[in-house]
This record gives sequence, structure tokens and C-alpha cells, in this order.
Amino acid sequence: MSGQVRGIALAAPMAPTAPAEVRQTSGSTKLRPDRPWLVIVWNDPINLMTYVTYVFQKLFGYSKAKATKLMLQVHHEGRAVVTSGSRERAELDVFRLHEHGLWATMEQSD
Amino acid sequence: MLKPGRRVKRSRRGDYELSLPDQERELLRSLPGQLIDRLEAGPDEPDLVRLFPPAYTRDEDQKAEQEYRGLMGTDLLDRHKEALRVMGATLDAERLDEDQMAAWLIALNELRLVLGTRLDVSEDQIPPAPGDPRASGFALYSYLSWLQSQVIDAMSGAL
Repeated sequence: MSGQVRGIALAAPMAPTAPAEVRQTSGSTKLRPDRPWLVIVWNDPINLMTYVTYVFQKLFGYSKAKATKLMLQVHHEGRAVVTSGSRERAELDVFRLHEHGLWATMEQSD
Repeated sequence: MLKPGRRVKRSRRGDYELSLPDQERELLRSLPGQLIDRLEAGPDEPDLVRLFPPAYTRDEDQKAEQEYRGLMGTDLLDRHKEALRVMGATLDAERLDEDQMAAWLIALNELRLVLGTRLDVSEDQIPPAPGDPRASGFALYSYLSWLQSQVIDAMSGAL
């Protein structure tokens, strides 16, 4: 489990000096400073490998070598983390990937 | 039988030459408009959902997903339609600029996604036999893939 508890503020159980978990506006709790959001692209049977490589180069400015490597990871392993950053940035990247027809999702790193 | 010759070429000027035989232009002509109509009728159809994937899939992020869809859903639909609109509007063009070519790339991909979903293609798809009712769908899908490959090839020169 990632330790995220949705929408519930938990008081520290024992020692008064133990840190309390803080309820975030997004409804999740976290104990560490901002963990980056990962943008993941998933394999699908329709998108051409050349197309996926091209989109990675175009959207993220990756070299052909790096874009190809990520594409092959998607192809062989079923998914790859293509970029990471703030939640806002990840949403924008996911949107741009969706605009290009790629199957992309985002999740906060553990 | 497909005529030989490249359909898409990037010119020295940085724009694109689109050399499609008439019969291919006719094959493509109705496709963008048809998909726009279907998207406007309701993007919830099973073969269209692939154009609107979720952004958040973890259980704890479902509120964020609802917010994302509420905020971005219309924009994504508009972007999908715009690419198709540009392709439809430039169907007879012999030269395309960078933006128009990019629209063709996205529009062709959308058409493949919808058709591929309907045909339930798999990664190592074997084309059906000529007598199979799905044969013409697969032939169109193959053609769109072939054309899209050429667009990617041509546009990679601009990266």
C-alpha cells in the first residue's frame, strides 16, 4: 500500500511530538513533501510503434534514441513512465498524449 | 491494387507534398465528416471511448478523475474534431503546411483507433480472408496504417 488515506485526517496515536498526517485539498494524505506525479503510457494494439516514438519526440523533445527506448518499454513491458513532475504538469502532458491518441494515465509516485 | 509511389513527402521548403491518387482521395473523403458526426452524437459509443481514456485510474484518485473530465473533456473532444475538420477541408490539397500535416497525422490516428476498436484488432493481426465480412474494414485499416506511416516518416524530418 502506498499509505495514502483518502479524505481522513488521522491524529498522531501516541507521543504528542509525533507528526500528524495532514489532509490535502485533493483528498489524499501524505507524509513526505510533494512526491512527483508519473505520466505512464500503456501498450495498445492499434498505435504504430513509429507513431508512439514520434509523439514522444514531439511532445517531450526526446532524442530519437530515448523515444525509441521508451516506446520499446511500452511495447515489451506493457507500460513505461515517460515523464514526471507536478500534478498540473502531468495533467497537461496526459492531455497532450490523449490528444495524440495514446493511452496515458498519471499516478503519484510512492 | 495500390499505385506505387510515395503519398507524402516533405519538401525543401518545409511544407508537405500530398500525392494521393483520386481513388484514395475518394476513399478518404467521407471519413473525417462521419467521425465528427459520431463524436457529436455522443462520445460514449463503445468504439469511441478509446479516444477519451481516463487520466487517473487509482481508486484514491477518482475524484481527481471526475474533476479532470469535467475540466478537460470538452477540450479533448474539440481537439479531436478539429484535426478531423482540417483533414476534411484539405482532402484535395496537393501541399500542406506543418499544422495541416499534423492535423492529418492525428486525424488518421483517430480513424485507425475507432476502426481498429470496432474490428477488435490484436497486435499480430492476421488479415481475414477475402470472403470474410470484415475484410473490407481490415483493408481500409491497413491502408490508413500505411498512409499514416508515410506521414510519420515525412514529419520526422521536421523534428
